[in-house]
Amino acid sequence: MNPKIKIKTSDISVFYKDFQALHGINMDIQEHKVTALIGPSGCGKSTFLRSINRLNELIAGTVIRGQIYIDASPVYCKEMDVVALRKQVGMVFQKPSVFPMSIYENVAYGPRIHGIKNREQLDEIVENSLKAANLWGEVGERLNAPAAGLSGGQQQRLVIARVLAVEPQVILMDEPASALDPISTARLEELIGELKKNYTIVIVTHNMQQAARISDYTGFFLNGELVEFSATNELFVNPRDQRTEDYITGRFG
Amino acid sequence: MNNRTQEITVGTMDAAKLLAIRSFTRKNSTLGFNRDKLVETILMLNAAIFILAIAAISLFILIRGLPLIFKVGITDFLLQLEWNPTAGSFGIGTMLAGTLAVTLTALLWAVPMGLATSIFMVELAPPRIGTLMGSLVELLAGIPSVVYGFFGLIVIIPFIRNYLGGSGLSVLAGAIVLGVMILPTIINISRDAIAAVPLDYKVGSLALGASHYQSIRRVILPAARSGIITAIILGMGRAIGETMAVVMVTGNSTIIPHSILSPTRTMTSNIVLEMGYASGDHQAALFATGVVLFIFIVILNLVVNLTLKAGKNYGAN
Repeated sequence: MNPKIKIKTSDISVFYKDFQALHGINMDIQEHKVTALIGPSGCGKSTFLRSINRLNELIAGTVIRGQIYIDASPVYCKEMDVVALRKQVGMVFQKPSVFPMSIYENVAYGPRIHGIKNREQLDEIVENSLKAANLWGEVGERLNAPAAGLSGGQQQRLVIARVLAVEPQVILMDEPASALDPISTARLEELIGELKKNYTIVIVTHNMQQAARISDYTGFFLNGELVEFSATNELFVNPRDQRTEDYITGRFG
Repeated sequence: MNNRTQEITVGTMDAAKLLAIRSFTRKNSTLGFNRDKLVETILMLNAAIFILAIAAISLFILIRGLPLIFKVGITDFLLQLEWNPTAGSFGIGTMLAGTLAVTLTALLWAVPMGLATSIFMVELAPPRIGTLMGSLVELLAGIPSVVYGFFGLIVIIPFIRNYLGGSGLSVLAGAIVLGVMILPTIINISRDAIAAVPLDYKVGSLALGASHYQSIRRVILPAARSGIITAIILGMGRAIGETMAVVMVTGNSTIIPHSILSPTRTMTSNIVLEMGYASGDHQAALFATGVVLFIFIVILNLVVNLTLKAGKNYGAN
């Protein structure tokens, strides 16, 4: 069995003005797997994540070198339509950033901007997305309530539903559980386990136990370099690099 | 005296001062005299005088104006088109129409323009340009209204007379001048509201594949809605209350304006034009006009408070 590579990064370097945040990262990310990125703060793991959907470009003075391929087609090229890319690669942030609208409108936002106007079709997308994000049971009866009234964990799952509604193939998650309580975190991790059947997930996390619990592959970043990247079991049980061992045993970071 | 001795002297002076302050504070507490209490009393006294002044002015206007309104009848006073105070007819219908016509026409162009400018300042302009524009807006706000009126009289009125017809003294001239005058209010408040929208919303929207324009229209503006409505209402309040510039450019005829080129008289103009020679019921009628303006402004302020409250209840974070 030959697993398919969904995202391939080739020598990706990112510079913020004079500061080099990433030093030539090469990584093959498997389809329908959860890949966790761990490392201390400022190690470049979020920068790496944001280079996949080209969100780094929002920061003035950012220069990116190297190439990323999704399904073997390059992300960094003139012909690339950033809108199409971000439709294909969804993103969930650290702070649940629900829009100040109703629950329904939050989920329908993506499909609407991509041109779906038919009410029945939108209703269906909203219902399916909320179901896929394990939120339908809690909010199905009050879709028109303001999203801001939901709990933090519910808001984060709403954000995931909002991402699912545009039918991406890849979901990037930037420390999605760091603002959540343990019970909400457990529900989110359970959801990630279900989502990987249909999506390729790349998740940045501060929490090594979380990486060990939910991921199939783990990459350890340090000072803008990818120190070690391997199957999660291997990385946590038999780290090859001394620095990885020091980090996962809690000697620094 | 060399440097060293000077240093020492300064040093001793500081110590002496410190001692003096210390003994002063101690003296205070032993005498039971509390300086905090004194400061509190002074602050409270000022606040009380401020509140009293507002209450006195409001009360005065109401006492002088209300009896005439009741004498004429509320509906007659507001809707009668005949204003002939020396002959005893007091209807401010034409002025009410004039105020509404000038204000609404001014809002019609100043709101879209102000909103577009504030979106540009926050979302598109390079930071340095945005700051520069902010200073220009402040400058615009600081120009005395009589200067605006003078400009209207010398530039806008001849322009209207030559290119659009009529005498030039018109609703349109008033609306142009007023619009410029309320732009700073609209721009400043809506700019602050747009700038206060959390960056998360924008990034979240862009990450879903929305364009910058879509993100502005569908996420940022709705999130800033209550602030923008506040900006419009406060601009409207300022337009309703503005007097000097309007008197200078609108012609001040007591007729219902039948087009934007016809002259008109606003309620504020009515007061300033006739207060010099009015007496008796006539003077009371001018105060009554003031009462109507006063109620307008109170209502607008209430709407602002309700909008902000509603915004707070609905908005996230």
